[in-house]
Amino acid sequence: MANKFDLNDDSVVVVIGSGAGGGTLGSELAMKGVKTVILEAGSRHEIPDFKNDEWGMFGKISWLDKRTTSGDWRIAKDFSGLPTWIVKAVGGSTIHWAGASLRFQKHEFKVKTLYGDIPGANLLDWPLGLKEMEPWYSKAEDRMGVTRTHGIPGLPGSNNFKIMKKGADNLGYKHCHTGRMAINSKPRDGRGSCLQIGFCFQGCKSAAKWSTLYVEIPKGEATGNLEVRPNSHVIRINHDKFGKVSSVLYADKSGKKIKQKARVVCVAGNSIESPRLLLNSNSSKFPDGLANSSGQVGKNYMRHMTGSVYATFDKPVNMHRGTTMAGIITDESKYDTSRGFVGGYEMETLSIGLPFMAAFLDPGAWGREFSSAMDMYNHMAGMWLVGEDMPQESNRISLHPTENDQYGLPIPNVHFDDHPNDIAMRNHGYKQGSALYDSVGAVRTFPTPPYPSTHNLGTNRMSSKARDGVVNKWGQTHDIKNLFISDGSVFTTGAAENPTLTIVSLALRQADRIASEMSKKNI
Amino acid sequence: MEKRENQIKVSRRNLIKAGSKTLILMSVLPTGMIIGKGKAWAVKAKSLNIDTFATLIQVSRDIYPHDKLEDNFYAKVVEGFDSAAGKSIDDKSLFELGIVGLQQASMGKYNKNYRDIGWEAQRVQLLRGIEKTPFFQRIRGTLITGIYNNQEVWPLFGYEGESAPMGGYLNRGFDDINWL
Repeated sequence: MANKFDLNDDSVVVVIGSGAGGGTLGSELAMKGVKTVILEAGSRHEIPDFKNDEWGMFGKISWLDKRTTSGDWRIAKDFSGLPTWIVKAVGGSTIHWAGASLRFQKHEFKVKTLYGDIPGANLLDWPLGLKEMEPWYSKAEDRMGVTRTHGIPGLPGSNNFKIMKKGADNLGYKHCHTGRMAINSKPRDGRGSCLQIGFCFQGCKSAAKWSTLYVEIPKGEATGNLEVRPNSHVIRINHDKFGKVSSVLYADKSGKKIKQKARVVCVAGNSIESPRLLLNSNSSKFPDGLANSSGQVGKNYMRHMTGSVYATFDKPVNMHRGTTMAGIITDESKYDTSRGFVGGYEMETLSIGLPFMAAFLDPGAWGREFSSAMDMYNHMAGMWLVGEDMPQESNRISLHPTENDQYGLPIPNVHFDDHPNDIAMRNHGYKQGSALYDSVGAVRTFPTPPYPSTHNLGTNRMSSKARDGVVNKWGQTHDIKNLFISDGSVFTTGAAENPTLTIVSLALRQADRIASEMSKKNI
Repeated sequence: MEKRENQIKVSRRNLIKAGSKTLILMSVLPTGMIIGKGKAWAVKAKSLNIDTFATLIQVSRDIYPHDKLEDNFYAKVVEGFDSAAGKSIDDKSLFELGIVGLQQASMGKYNKNYRDIGWEAQRVQLLRGIEKTPFFQRIRGTLITGIYNNQEVWPLFGYEGESAPMGGYLNRGFDDINWL
C-alpha cells in the first residue's frame, strides 16, 4: 500500500514530476528502499478515464497553464500560448507519448568534438558516453518492454507503415522497420499486447504501451516506500543556511500552500517548468535562482528539429487504424555533412485523427487547397521527422517580467529561433519524405510545420565543468549536492532520437547513484 | 404555406464537379428561419440579423469548402455564433459589423451582396482581404473544431473515431491495404 509520509519527515527524497524521469526515478528509489514522495502538479487519471477522443483528452490531460512565446519559430505565430504539447497528470507525458524507444548513437554524445564550432550553436560534449550508458539502456529497454530488444519481436506493420516501407525500398533506404517501441508486441510484464487501437496520444486503453502511470508507479507504491501526491504544484524549493535544499513548498488542489521537508530534491518537471522552478526559487543566497552559478539555467532550450510529411493517394490508406508511430527509417540519422547540415534525423510513421489534422496540417490555412486535402483524409499517409537541433544560448526559458500564474509566480516565456542547421535539415527531410511518397504514387504531398513541442530538452544541461552547465553526469547540480535534475532538461545535446528511453535510462542510473550516495551519507 | 422570399440559390457544387450534384437550396424566411434543402433542417436566428446569419453560413463554407457536407454542418457552427451574440454585446458587434464590412466590400467590388456572388473564387477574394481581422479569425478558428470535431461529419471523411470499444483494429483492418 502507498504510504503517507509526514510533512516534517526530512529523511524523504522529494521528486517533482511523475513522467518518464520523475515517475521512473521515484519508483526505482522506492524499490531500493528509499522513502520517496512524488509531487505531481496534475491529477491522477487511470486507464478507464482515457477516451479515444483527441480534443477531449487534450483538454483533460495537457499542460495548459499560461505561457508566452517569442522568436522566429512558427509556433510563436500559430500557437502563441501553447509552446509545448505535454501532459499535466500523474504519468506525465508517458501517458501521451508514442512509444518510440531509441538509443543515442555513439557520436551523438560527443558532437562538439565531431562537429567543431558551428556559428550560433552552443555545443558541448556530454560528460558521459554510449559505453557508460549501454547497461542502463539495456535495463530500461527490459523494464519498458522495447520491441526488437531482449528478444521481443517487432510490432506488425500497419497500412501507414506499409506505404513507408514501400517508399523506403523505392528510395534505397536500408533500415526501415516497425520500430523499437515500448509497446507490447506480445503479453509481457502483466500487460497485454497491442490491439492496434490507434489513439496512442490519448492514453493507451489496453496498457500495451509503457507508462509510468500504470507500470512504474504502482510497483513503487507496492513497496510502501512511495507516496504520489497529485494536484501538488511545487512553487518553490527552499534551502538552509548552508545552501543545501531542505524543503519544497507546493500548492494543493485548493491552492493551499504546503511545505514538505526533504533530504534530497529531484526536479523532473519537463524542460520548461524545471528551469522555471529553479529561477523562481531565487533567494538572497542564490539571487539568480538555484543551481545557476553558470548562468545556464533555462538556456540552450532544444525541441528537436521536427516537421511532418503527409501525402494523399488515389486509394484508401486509413492511417488512423493502428499504432501511431510503429514505423521508422533510420538511414538519415547518420552523420553526413554532404547533405548540407550536421546531425541527423529519423523518419517515423505518424497518424493523427481528423480533428487534429484540421488543426495541424497547415495551421491557419483555409480555402479549397486546404479543405480538398482534408477531403482525402482516409487516403492519407504520414510521417514525422525528428532530428537533432542546435543548442543556442539565446533559445531559453525566462521568467515573464509582468505576467504571473495562479499562484502569483512569473509565468515562463519560451523563446526559440530556428538555427540555419535546423532549417536545412527540415528542408532535407521534407524533400526526402515527399520523394518517398511520390515514389509510391502520391497525388499530393504536404510539408507540415512543427507541432507544439513534445521533446523539450536542454535547459539544465549536463556538463563536466560547473561553468558550462547546471548538472554533472549524475544529474546532480554542480552547486547544490542534494539537488538533482531528472528529466530531459539535462540533455547536453539532443541527438536525433526520441528522448524518452534516454530519460528513463538516466533516471535508473541516477536512482542507483542517489541510493548509494545516501547510504554513504554523502547527501 | 411558406413564403419563399429571399430564396437563395447557392451554386457551389458545380464549381468543381460540374453537374454531378443538384444545387443546394437554402431558404431564408423573413420570420428569422433558415430552411435547408427539402426541409431536412432548419435554424432560427435568435440574436443575429437573419441576413447576417445566412451570410455567415456562406462565409463558413467558403473558408472550409466541402462539397460533401450539407449546409446544416456549417449552420450548426453559426448557431454557436448566434448564441454567443445573445450573451455578449461585443460578440454581437463582431459578427454584425464584420458582415456589414464584408457586404460593403462585396457591393463595392461586384455590386452584389456576398451571397449573390456566384463564384467561390470571387467570394474568397473578398475573404482574403479580411483574413487577418478578429472577425474572420473567430469564424475560422471556431470552424476548425466546429466542423472537423463534429462526430457526425467523421464518417463522411472516412474517419472512424474511437476504436477501443470495438477491440481496436487488430482484426478490423489495420493492415488491410491491398493496392501497394
